[in-house]
Amino acid sequence: MNRMGIIGWLVLPLAAIYFIVPLVMTLAFSLWQGGSSYGFASYRVLMGRPQLPSSLLLSTELAGATALMLVVLLLPAMIFMNLYAPKLRPLFEFIAALPFVVPAIALVAGLTALFTGPEWLLGSPFYLVIPYFFLALPYAYRSLDVGLGALDLTTLTEAGQSLGATMGQIIRFVVLPNLRSALVGSLLLTLAVVIGEFTFANVLLFRTFAVFMNQIGQHEATEAAALVMVSFLITWGAMLGVLVVGRGCSPVGGGH
Amino acid sequence: MATVALRRISKSYSGRQVLASLDLDLTSGELVCLLGPSGCGKTTLLRIIAGFIRPDSGTVVVAGKDVTALPPAARQMGMVFQSYSLFPNMTALDNVRFGPRVAGVGKEQQVSRARELLALVGLTEHGEKFPHQLSGGQQQRVALARALAVQPQMLLLDEPLSALDAQVRAQLREEIRRIQRATGITTVLVTHDQEEALSMSDRVAVMNEGRLLQVATPAAIYREPADPFVARFIGAGAVLPGTIEKGAVRVAHVAMLARAASDHAEGCAVDLYIRPEHVRLESMNGHIPPGSVAAEVNETTFFGSLTRVKLTLQDMPDGHGLWADLPSEQADRFKPGSRVLASWDEAAPRVMPRN
Amino acid sequence: MRPLIAWLSIGAFVAVATAFLVAPTLMLAIQSIYGDDGLTLEYILSMGEYRYRVAFENSLLLSLGSATVGVVAGGLIAHAVLKPSAPRWLRSVVTSFSAVAANFAGVPLAFAFISTLGSLGLLTQWLKGLGFDIYAAGFSLYSISGLTLTYSYFQIPLMLIIITPAIEALRPSWREAAENLGASGGQYWRMIGLPVLMPSLLSGWILLFGSAFSAYATAYALTSGNIGLVTTEISNVLSGNVMASPQTGAALSVGMIVVMVGVLALSSVLARRAARWMPQR
Repeated sequence: MNRMGIIGWLVLPLAAIYFIVPLVMTLAFSLWQGGSSYGFASYRVLMGRPQLPSSLLLSTELAGATALMLVVLLLPAMIFMNLYAPKLRPLFEFIAALPFVVPAIALVAGLTALFTGPEWLLGSPFYLVIPYFFLALPYAYRSLDVGLGALDLTTLTEAGQSLGATMGQIIRFVVLPNLRSALVGSLLLTLAVVIGEFTFANVLLFRTFAVFMNQIGQHEATEAAALVMVSFLITWGAMLGVLVVGRGCSPVGGGH
Repeated sequence: MATVALRRISKSYSGRQVLASLDLDLTSGELVCLLGPSGCGKTTLLRIIAGFIRPDSGTVVVAGKDVTALPPAARQMGMVFQSYSLFPNMTALDNVRFGPRVAGVGKEQQVSRARELLALVGLTEHGEKFPHQLSGGQQQRVALARALAVQPQMLLLDEPLSALDAQVRAQLREEIRRIQRATGITTVLVTHDQEEALSMSDRVAVMNEGRLLQVATPAAIYREPADPFVARFIGAGAVLPGTIEKGAVRVAHVAMLARAASDHAEGCAVDLYIRPEHVRLESMNGHIPPGSVAAEVNETTFFGSLTRVKLTLQDMPDGHGLWADLPSEQADRFKPGSRVLASWDEAAPRVMPRN
Repeated sequence: MRPLIAWLSIGAFVAVATAFLVAPTLMLAIQSIYGDDGLTLEYILSMGEYRYRVAFENSLLLSLGSATVGVVAGGLIAHAVLKPSAPRWLRSVVTSFSAVAANFAGVPLAFAFISTLGSLGLLTQWLKGLGFDIYAAGFSLYSISGLTLTYSYFQIPLMLIIITPAIEALRPSWREAAENLGASGGQYWRMIGLPVLMPSLLSGWILLFGSAFSAYATAYALTSGNIGLVTTEISNVLSGNVMASPQTGAALSVGMIVVMVGVLALSSVLARRAARWMPQR
């Protein structure tokens, strides 16, 4: 019996080849030591490079800062907008959709044109957190919006208030716990996106993980392949987290 | 229109037998309900008739032609599903003309046929609406019209009313029956609702655990259930375990009047079935005449014209009770806690061997 | 009762978005029409020059191509995997791999493909050893078709993730009702399946188009900016690799935004038509 139909039999093996071969080849390439000898040499050289931990640390710090900005700036604004100012929803939707229409590279161009100082901001790698926030915004907004939509905030608040709870208590004990999976999902997604982000960092000349990877790749092909495997594992870990934690938020990122 | 013959239909899923060598005949223009609890195999049987499932063995013969090997698309059977089966991207009219359209009928003919059928189900005004703009009852009417549009040899209805609310359900019940009579199409209706089955069908086929237990007119099914399961499943009533003793049924130590007891051998373990409408009540006035049993009113439930009185039989183990349906004006004097005498016609109770 | 803190936090979000998102965008628009001597259309018109025209053509071609490949392949894979008869393990493998692959883009993706299909890639060498020289046959990873092949690696899984809920929402009873009314499998897909999926397919397509059109890292790492794409041209201007004024960069950026807005508008018109039958929200 053809249990998956003709299309299944035709498409699935092709897709499997297309998706598996580059990974296998890259793995093999990363283990290649010239001639016919294979081993972990390129991984050893890679681990010996001081820029690897420093760039990875920087990228992780940036991811953390971006996640923090989402929690501090976006989350309360969305909760309060839903509670007190639903009329502002179109404005929020517009802002959340804008990063999709304005490509990252165009946003960099705009930021460079608009801001020439102060030096303490533009000279610090944490300047990147601002564009990263907008990079993550559409996805974080979408998943929090789904989470909030499923909550029926008005009824919850009325129920809470009728039981004598203050607004702060309602948010702390009712809203936030219910948003946890949507929030954790979008934070992990942010992590994956920011660690792999290249556009802003490259143009604004900061040495993040992706920039470091590109630099290596221009000269050391096998080391670059080893880095690809490392990066694949990081993405895999972050997505595993999303899949485990997140129901109701789709793991779709940006930063291509 | 067509006669239908199902012969020795069997079906198993991973070793579990869902249908066990089942035979059923439908005469032309008849409406037969497949009635049974969920999981009894009634839907599987319907889907075998429709062609969505191949039986492991047995044949489906429609109008003298063996259709067992035909795919659903070639069977010319109109089917109405439980719910949400209208194509959401098409208007009511487009849904109805879908069958003629894929059959290659000319567009004008498709539309005029679809309009006729929409009129038949009372939705002339709603042809241009999309399914989500129609109520549940209206959607099922469209589904019925769509099934009729292919001029089917048979109409198959798979719990068509179960997703609707009570009022719409009652209304649509009559309407389906009216249309089925008017068109004269041989029809199989699957339901787990006995009221639906009894009120709509020419004959009811009661199923349990993959077997047909009884196929008969609604009245016969109700009055003369041939099987303990049918007796319990159809209608309300008390079931009392007892033994045959001197032409009556002894329950605990009380002899209960039942003419049917004489059909069974002395000492046989049996169940006594008494319907609530057969039970009469009188106030207790000291002694217990023969043919009556003493009871206490447990609770009363008001159903409008009827009141159902729940009784506990005296001097009997827990769970031995009776129900009595009385006209409401007579029931007023039986308050919970009052002691009464219950009696019934000798001919009323059914007696069946205990299984 | 509307506490102050609510307004403060809404205000802060809107202010940050205005300053660092809306204002830079407006700045681009202004910059693109202001030369050293005041208002000018010089920079906008320079988009017609060969170099920039090619960049826009390449970007559009790449985005249209990889989005279409993504929609078709992603849709077919999702369809095959989500069939009730398909084994469950296959489904969870494909779902979780998609989540990873959709986010496995940019520099690492480019290097994975260079390691595989680059001029010195393992697969290239291996095929050469078998007597099949793909580069001699006209293939190049560093071309638009090579980029399309590479982009598909994140486009297909992206589509899979987007379309899965829509395919799961197709009711088996629609299929059965169609069969019962005499329709073939093809007729079912043409008249019911695809029209019902169309709004989701369109919104998936636009998301894929956008992600390819604005992609920069993958193209940059793969071609070192040598192939003319709008994103790489903008970065060349910004990093001073080419002799071009910042206004040209602004004009290129405005051009990208115009394309995105245009595609979004077109697709939302199409989506509205395709979703005529849906409940209006």
